[in-house]
Amino acid sequence: MKLILSEEQQFLKDTAQSFARDKTPVTHFRELRDSENAQCWDETIWKEMVELGWSGILVPEKFGGSDFGMAGISVIMQELGKTLTPSPILSTSVLGVSSINMLGSDKQKDDYLPKIVAGELTTALAIDEGNHHDPFAIETTAIIDGDHWILNGKKVFVVDGASADIILLVARTSGKSGESNGISVFAANKDTTGLNITKISTADSRNYANIEISDLKLEQSALLGEQDLAGETLEKILDLGRIAISAEMLGNTEEAFEVTVNYLKERKQFGVQIGSFQALQHRAAKMFCEIELTKSAVIAAMHAADENSNELERLSSLAKFQAGETLHLVSNEAIQMHGGIGVTDEYDIGFYLKRARVAEQIFGTSEFHQARYADISGF
Amino acid sequence: MEHLEQFRQEVRDWLEENCPPSMRTPMVPEEEVWGGRNAEYVNPESKLWLDRMGEKGWTAPNIPKEYGGGGLDRDQTKVLHQELFRINARQPLNSFGIWMLAPCIIEFGSEEQKLEHIPKIIKGEIRWCQGYSEPGSGSDLASLSTKAEDMGDHFLVNGQKVWTSYADKADWIFALVRTGPKEPKHNGISFLLIDMATEGVSTKPITLISGKSPFCETFFDNVKAPKENLVGVENSGWTIAKKLLQHERNFISNFGLAGGGTGSGADVVNIAKKYLGEVNGQIANLTHRENITLHKMKEHAFGLTLQRSGDEGAKASAASSMFKYYGTEHNKDRYELMIAAMGNKGLGWTNEGFSDDEQAITKAWLRTKANSIEGGTSEVQLNVISRRVLDLPN
Repeated sequence: MKLILSEEQQFLKDTAQSFARDKTPVTHFRELRDSENAQCWDETIWKEMVELGWSGILVPEKFGGSDFGMAGISVIMQELGKTLTPSPILSTSVLGVSSINMLGSDKQKDDYLPKIVAGELTTALAIDEGNHHDPFAIETTAIIDGDHWILNGKKVFVVDGASADIILLVARTSGKSGESNGISVFAANKDTTGLNITKISTADSRNYANIEISDLKLEQSALLGEQDLAGETLEKILDLGRIAISAEMLGNTEEAFEVTVNYLKERKQFGVQIGSFQALQHRAAKMFCEIELTKSAVIAAMHAADENSNELERLSSLAKFQAGETLHLVSNEAIQMHGGIGVTDEYDIGFYLKRARVAEQIFGTSEFHQARYADISGF
Repeated sequence: MEHLEQFRQEVRDWLEENCPPSMRTPMVPEEEVWGGRNAEYVNPESKLWLDRMGEKGWTAPNIPKEYGGGGLDRDQTKVLHQELFRINARQPLNSFGIWMLAPCIIEFGSEEQKLEHIPKIIKGEIRWCQGYSEPGSGSDLASLSTKAEDMGDHFLVNGQKVWTSYADKADWIFALVRTGPKEPKHNGISFLLIDMATEGVSTKPITLISGKSPFCETFFDNVKAPKENLVGVENSGWTIAKKLLQHERNFISNFGLAGGGTGSGADVVNIAKKYLGEVNGQIANLTHRENITLHKMKEHAFGLTLQRSGDEGAKASAASSMFKYYGTEHNKDRYELMIAAMGNKGLGWTNEGFSDDEQAITKAWLRTKANSIEGGTSEVQLNVISRRVLDLPN
């Protein structure tokens, strides 16, 4: 495994970079935040992403996608992360596609994947139920009732849950909370009776929902793949999500750092550029080191996913941990080094801090992944 | 690729025939080979192994064949290392000549110097030491004052160097000397090669907080060094000096990886399990376990960064400062974690009450404190990153 990008991956990264710079600079996010747009991402921009093929990067060719892999989608996420571009890529093109593709039957793939590729359908993966990410702590139940499934429970903090057409519900069909066995995934149309979706308002001004599930009645065909057996695959799907968001967080970090270093070169106090102060230089240099480590962890994880490496779990945890730690550090230092204007709403740098903390939570904090890494490694 | 696999087979066959049995066992400190005129070989197979590898040029695989190197490209070198690793082959030769000097002579030296010095380095015939720091010139290396006066056919060298590793065992020294006392400090330095057997050269060992050390003070008292031993142009030695430091940093940064560089080779996780106990196969104390996990994750990401840098084909550059800074700080952290996990067993000095392994860790812990000082302090590395990579103002 070489820790570099192929020519095609580099090309995709360059395309995404131009896209973000030209079409969705940070002002785009600011406008969305200040608008009445409840879904927090822009329909026209998403259509353009779809036209570029980004919705189908993880979709096999026979269902209309490009099968370009995690490296492909990760470099796009990284570039979009630089300008805080909101889009349903994570919820739909990574998590939705992977769930359907890795769990679903051929018929289900045929039903959903081409529509996702065409941009006609967005999805959300509803998994967490508590205050912290804990993938097997599933108490939402699904029981068979004649020729239907009946689901009851709740989901919280569902990424893009407030806009998705299809909600992918992780439910327990047997066993007890905490067990990997007995987990199943169901696809439900957002308008189905018994599914009560409430948008929540978060610091990063993006799209999340809490979902109440009460006597939700689903056809048997709503079950993705096999009953009880989704646990292991779900971990892998989550790992892909973790890698993708790590890439986005790397992009957040790179941009916040660059903006800050540029500020150190511009801002003058005591008659000199503040970047000439060693107290700031050394902190900047240490951040540079952590960013380099993050780049390596992210690129290793995305290649591991594409190569089906048995190191995927460890590397995905390493990537999410390192990306989280580094973004945490850089988003705090960025504010401090900007001084007064850093804490004003008028200046963009604060957006990175607010996005940072939310992204750190998604699919497991650094603490979660540190514990997971230790367990996998046998420490 | 096919060509590479063929090369792998050749390497494998050659090693099978030429790597002596005892050279496939873990290295013991007293059998480490540094070569040189006065080398003593505790194990005769060490000498045999060095001679065979030196003859192949594989002690310096990527140096061109005409200077006695292996003439291998990057991929072939990687294959060679993999095959050596596969049979647990010992390092045939430790050498500042190979790690630091040879790449600089290749880049800056004359053809005569290349032909004279590099083959002897590669075969381990001549052992080199590094004359950089002086009592008054540590981090501010360019303020050095050891002077070399132009006497026509030779330089007359007077002054003192400090922290010269193994100066008492080395045959030659590559030294920074001041040839232009009136020039601005960076512009009056030359890079000079001096035979340690020359009259007027003397050395004195330094004892460190960890006990005995390879470090020495080196004195030059009216030492005559022939003009042909000047590398590059007179008064432009600082450029070579900086390049050599990058090679040194790249080498030292490997200390950041478990098993690399100065240390006892002990793994912090195993140490913690042994001295803190295990519960269900896990380090019993959760606070230690957490600290060690953090450390291991950073190490993993750092190792991937070294790998990425290699894959990107990055040349020695300002990034070497990052590796030097991070690697050495990480290595210090490792030994702090290790002695913390060992409790009162991590503080032994002699064998009264402590095993050899325990004392070795205590000594290694103290030795690591120099890692972030030698070869440029951590603070200097952070300065280099700030100025050269981030382009922050002076």
